Amino acid sequence: MERKYIAYTCLSPLTMLGEVAMETVIPYIMALIIDVGIANRDINYVLKTGLLMIGCACLSLACGVAGGRLAAVASQGFSHNLRRNLFTKVQGFSFGNVDKFSTASLITRLTTDVTNTQNVYQMVIRMSARAPFMLIAGAVMACIINMKLAALFIIAIPVLVIAIWLIGSVAYPRFSIMLEKYDKMNNTVQENLIAIRAVKAFVRGRYEDEKFEKSADAVRAAQVRAEKLIVLLMPIMQITVYVSIIAALWFGGNMIVAGTMKAGELISFLTYVTQILMSLMMLGMIFVMLVLSRASIHRICEVLDEKSDIQSPSVGLKTVADGSIDFEHVSFSYNKKSETSVLNDIDIHIKSGQVAGIIGGTGSSKTTLVSLIPRLYDTLSGTVKVGGRDVRAYDLVPLRDSVAMVLQKNVLFSGTIRDNLKWGNRNATEEQIVAACRAADADSFISSFPKGYDTELGQGGVNVSGGQKQRLCIARALLKNPKILILDDSTSAVDTATESRIRAALKDAHPETTKIIIAQRISSVKDADIIFVLDDGKINGYGTHEELLSHNEIYREVYESQQTGGDADIGTSAEGGN
Amino acid sequence: MPGPGQRKGFSKPKNTRGTIKRLIGYMGKYKALWIVVFVAVIASASAGIAGSYIIKPALNNYIIPLIGHQHPDMSKFAQMLGVMLIVFAVGALATWGNSRLMVFISTNVLYNIRTDLFGKLETLPIKYYDAHPHGEIMSRFTNDTDTLRDMLNQSVPQLMSSVVTVVGVFVMMLVLSPILTFVVILCIFFMMLLAAKIGKKSANAYRDQQKNLGTVNGYIEELIDGQRIVKVFNHEDESISEFAVLNDNLCASGTTANTYANILMPMMGNLSHVQYALVAICGAFLVISGRMDIGTIAAFLQYTRSFSQPVTMMSQQFNSILNALAGAERIFAVIDETPEVDNGTIELVNAYEADDASASQRKRLVQSYAFTGEWAWKKPGENELEKLSGDVVFDHVTFGYESDKTVLFDVCMHALPGQKIALVGSTGSGKTTTTNLLTRFYDIPEGSGSITYDGIPLNNIKKDDLRRSLGMVLQDTHLFTGTVRENIRYGNLEASTVQVEEAAKLANADTFIRHLENGYDTVISGDGGNLSQGQRQLLAIARAAVADPPVLILDEATSSIDTRTESLVQKGMDGLMKGRTVFVIAHRLSTVRNADEIIVLEHGKIIERGTHDQLMAMKGRYYHLYTGNSIAVE
Repeated sequence: MERKYIAYTCLSPLTMLGEVAMETVIPYIMALIIDVGIANRDINYVLKTGLLMIGCACLSLACGVAGGRLAAVASQGFSHNLRRNLFTKVQGFSFGNVDKFSTASLITRLTTDVTNTQNVYQMVIRMSARAPFMLIAGAVMACIINMKLAALFIIAIPVLVIAIWLIGSVAYPRFSIMLEKYDKMNNTVQENLIAIRAVKAFVRGRYEDEKFEKSADAVRAAQVRAEKLIVLLMPIMQITVYVSIIAALWFGGNMIVAGTMKAGELISFLTYVTQILMSLMMLGMIFVMLVLSRASIHRICEVLDEKSDIQSPSVGLKTVADGSIDFEHVSFSYNKKSETSVLNDIDIHIKSGQVAGIIGGTGSSKTTLVSLIPRLYDTLSGTVKVGGRDVRAYDLVPLRDSVAMVLQKNVLFSGTIRDNLKWGNRNATEEQIVAACRAADADSFISSFPKGYDTELGQGGVNVSGGQKQRLCIARALLKNPKILILDDSTSAVDTATESRIRAALKDAHPETTKIIIAQRISSVKDADIIFVLDDGKINGYGTHEELLSHNEIYREVYESQQTGGDADIGTSAEGGN
Repeated sequence: MPGPGQRKGFSKPKNTRGTIKRLIGYMGKYKALWIVVFVAVIASASAGIAGSYIIKPALNNYIIPLIGHQHPDMSKFAQMLGVMLIVFAVGALATWGNSRLMVFISTNVLYNIRTDLFGKLETLPIKYYDAHPHGEIMSRFTNDTDTLRDMLNQSVPQLMSSVVTVVGVFVMMLVLSPILTFVVILCIFFMMLLAAKIGKKSANAYRDQQKNLGTVNGYIEELIDGQRIVKVFNHEDESISEFAVLNDNLCASGTTANTYANILMPMMGNLSHVQYALVAICGAFLVISGRMDIGTIAAFLQYTRSFSQPVTMMSQQFNSILNALAGAERIFAVIDETPEVDNGTIELVNAYEADDASASQRKRLVQSYAFTGEWAWKKPGENELEKLSGDVVFDHVTFGYESDKTVLFDVCMHALPGQKIALVGSTGSGKTTTTNLLTRFYDIPEGSGSITYDGIPLNNIKKDDLRRSLGMVLQDTHLFTGTVRENIRYGNLEASTVQVEEAAKLANADTFIRHLENGYDTVISGDGGNLSQGQRQLLAIARAAVADPPVLILDEATSSIDTRTESLVQKGMDGLMKGRTVFVIAHRLSTVRNADEIIVLEHGKIIERGTHDQLMAMKGRYYHLYTGNSIAVE
C-alpha cells in the first residue's frame, strides 16, 4: 500500500479520537450544568458551560468531517491500489496460472471481492477508531462519576461479548454456504445469457425457469438460515442495555437517597451506560463483518500470492536470430502429476522461412504443441528452441514479439478495427495496416463498412461474422512482422480460394517468416515444405505431401477420406453474415 | 435504463413513486405480516422511549423525595422498576420479532423479483440479447438485487423504527414542555436542510461512482477473458496503463461519493449536540426561574438525545434507499420489456394414426400426448389434424437486421419434404440470417416476403411449436453445466437412457463419452470447457438427434472435428438426415454433394442454384469455389 494512504489510514482514526473525546466530555458538562449551574441558580455558569458545550461540539464536528474525508480517501485509495496490484499480477500470469483459477473466478475476485473488502476496510477504519475509544472513554467517565455503580459493567460487558462471539462463529459457515449458492445461481444466469439461442431453439425456456427457481430458492433458504441468527444480536444488546439501566437506577437511586450521589450524576451515568454498550455492539459488528468478509480477503490473497509460472530470465536474450524451430525430446502435460502426457518425446526441426503443416490428433494436442514455442507453457522435459536458442533463455517480450499466433478462438476487443489491429504493432502506419489487411484478405470487407477501419467492434466483436473475425485476427498477427507465424486452424472459417490467396500473400510479403499451419484439411497443408503427422501425442511421421502419401498410413487414410465424398472443402465460407 | 430526469440528485417523483409502488406490490403479498411488523416496531420503539421517560418519574417520585430519610422505603421504586423490566423485555422481544419477520419478508420478496426477472429474460427476443452486453444484464441480477436486499433488510426496518421513535419522542417532548420542543424543532429544521443538501451531492457522486465501477468491471472482464491474446501480443503493459486510467477515475468519484456519505453522520451528530446545548441553556433558564423542575429537564434532555439520533438515521437511510430504488427501477425496466411477440395460433402436436370411425378404410391422425415421433399441425377451430410433411418455402424474402442495412434480397427457396438444401456462399452472404428467420429468432417485416411451412405462414405458428419442429446444430455449441447425459437430453427431456445413448451413437459421441471419467454421468462445465471443440460439437449433434425433429438446420456443424472422426459423423448424419428436410450451411463436400439443391448466396442474393452436377457444368461461382481457383471472388 502506498505511503500516502497509510498516512490517511492512520490520521483518520486520530481525528476520530478528537471527535470521541468531545462526545464523551459533553455529557459530563451536561451534568455540570444541572448539578452546579441549575442547583446553584447560576445563570452565568449555565451560559458559560453551555457555550463550552457548543464549542466542544464544533470541534467534534471539525474532527468528524475531517475524519470522514480521510476515511473515504484512505479506503478508496486502498481499493484502488488493491485493484491495480491484482490486475498487474494477473497480467503477469502465465496460461497455467490463469487455468488454475479459471477466468470466471478471476473476474469475481477482481470485482466483487475487491468491493467487499473495500467496504469492510472503510467500515473498520471508521468504527474501529470510534468504538474502542468510545468504550474506553465512556468507561473512564463512568468510573469517574461513580466507581461503585460502574461495577455493574463487569457483568454486562462479558455477557455481550460472549453473545457476539457465539453468534458470529455460528453464522460464518452459514454465510459461506449462502455465498456458494449465490454464486451457483449467478452462474446459471450467466450460462443462460450466453446460450440463449440453444435455449430457444430447444424450447427450454420453461425448463430453465424451473431450474432457476430451484437455485433461487436454495439461496433464499440459505439466506434465511444465516440471517435469522444475526438478528439475535440487536435484541440481546437491547436487553443488556435495558437491564443495566434498571440496575443503575436501582443502585444509583439508593445512593442518591443515601446522599452518596447526586441526581445529575446519575443522569450522565445513564448516558454512559448506553454509550459503552453501544460501542461494544459496534465492535461486535466489526468482528462479524471481518468474519464474513474473510472469504473475500482470502480469495484476493490467493491471487496476490500466486507466483507466475513463466517469467523472463534475469538476463534474457533480447533478439531472436531467425525463425528456426527445434523441438528436442519434448514432453508435456497440463497436470504435472498426471501419468499420461499430452505430448510425448516430440522431435521437430523446422528451418527458418519454411512452411510447416501439422495434421492429425485432436485439436488440443496440436494447439499445445505450438503454445510451447512462444513459451505460453513450459515443457515437462526436453527443450524447445527458437532461432537456435532455448526459449527459456529469451526475455519474454522479444520472444513473443517475434512469434505470432492466430488462435482457434478468435478474440477481438471493444474498440475500433484499427485499435484492434494495432495490438500487433502499436506504431503501425496506415500503409502497414492496410498491407496486412490485404494479405489477410480483410481489406475488402473492411472498406465495405461505412466507417471502414474506424468501425466500432462490440464486446467480443459481435458485429463481424466468424470468417471476418478470423481474417482480422490474421491481419493483426501479420502486423507484428513476426519471425514465426502460427495459424492454428485459423482458416477453418475461410474458403479455400481465400485461404490460398492469403497463403500466397504471406509468401510474397513475408518470405522469411516461418509459417506453421495447423489444419484439419489436407488441402491446407498440401503445399507445405514439411508436414508433421501427430497421433496420440507423438509424431507419427513427417515429410512432404508426396512422401507421406506413400509412406504414412494415417496421412493416406485422412487424405483419402477427404477426397472421396469425404470432407474436402467445397470452398464455401463457414459462416453467414450477422 | 435511467430516464432523463434521473440525473439530478433526487429523482423525479414520478419514477420513484412508480418504483416504490411496484416494490410495495411485491411486498403486498405479506400484508398480514406487515401489520405484525408494524406493531412490533411500535412496541420496540415505545420501549426505547419509555427507557428515557423513566428518569423523570424515577427522580421526581421515587428518589428525590426520599433524600435524607433515615430508613427510606424503596419498595415502590422497586415495583416500578419491575414494571419497566417487563416493558423492556417486551420491547426486546418485539425487536427480535420484527427483524426476524423482515428477514422472511425480504428474502421472499427478493426470490419473487429474481424469478420474475429470470422468467422475463427467457421470453425476450434474441434481438434484446444481441443488443445488451451480458455484463449489463448480469448486474441486474447481482448488484441491483444486492442493493435491494440491503435496503429491505436494513434501511426499511431502521427507517420504520426511526419514524416511530421520532413521532413518539416528539409527543412526549410536547407533553413535557412546548417551549423547549419549539427550540428543538428549530434546530431539526436546520439540520434537515443541511442533510438534504449533502444528500443531493452524495447521490450524484454515487451515481458517477457506480457508472465508473461498471466501466472498470467491464474492462476487467473483457481483458481477463481475452488473457491469452494479451499474452500472445505482449499487450500487458498497455492493458495495465489503460486500466490505470479507469481505476483512477473510479478512485476519484468513489472518494467524492464516500466523503459525502461519511460526513453526514458527524454533521448531524454534532449539530444535535449544539441542539442539546441550546436546550440545556434554555432549560436552565426555565428551571432557575422556577417554571420547570429538574426531573423534567433531565427527561427532556434525554429525549432530545434520542430524538436526533433517529433523525440522523433517517437521513442516512434515505440515501441508501434512493440508490436501491434506482437499482429496482433498472430491474423493473427489464421485467417490463416486451417479450417475444407470438401471434401464432397453430400448434404442433404428436400424433398417431388411428382408424377413422366414420370410414373404415381411412386413417386419421389423433393427437397423442406421448412422444410418438410423428408430428401434425393442430389448427384452432378445426378438428382434423394435418400431418407435418416438412415443406418449407421462402417467398421473396427481403430482410435486414437494421433498417438501413439489408442482408437478404428477394430470396426464394423451396424445400420439398425430405429434401436436403445446401446453402453456400462467402462471408456475410446471408446464410446464417436465413436460418435466423426460419427459427423466427428474427422476424420478417410486413410486406417483405414470407416463409411458409407446409403452406402455413411462419407467423401463424406458435413460436415454441415451430422451434420444437426444427432441430438445430449451431455454429457455437452451447452446453450447460451438468452431466453429459443431461446435456444430450436437453433435446428431448423425455428421452430414455436408451434413446440418449442411441443418439450419441448416431453422432459418434458414444465412444469418447465412454472414455470420460464417469462416462455419461461426467459433469461438464459451463460452455463444455473440459472437452475439445470437436467433442462439444458431437454432443450438440447428439442433442439434436435425440430431439428427432422433422426439419433440421445444420450451421457449421462439423468444421472443428478432427478429420478421422469427421467421416464417421458424416455417415451418421446422413442417416439422421434421411426422411427429414434439411438446411445445411457447411463447407464439406460430402454434405453438399448429396444435396438435392445447392443455393449459392452472394451478398444476400441467390446467384446460382441447382444440383452439384448442374452447377459444375455452369462453370460459374460454384465451380470456382469448388475447385479452389484463386480468382478474386469478392
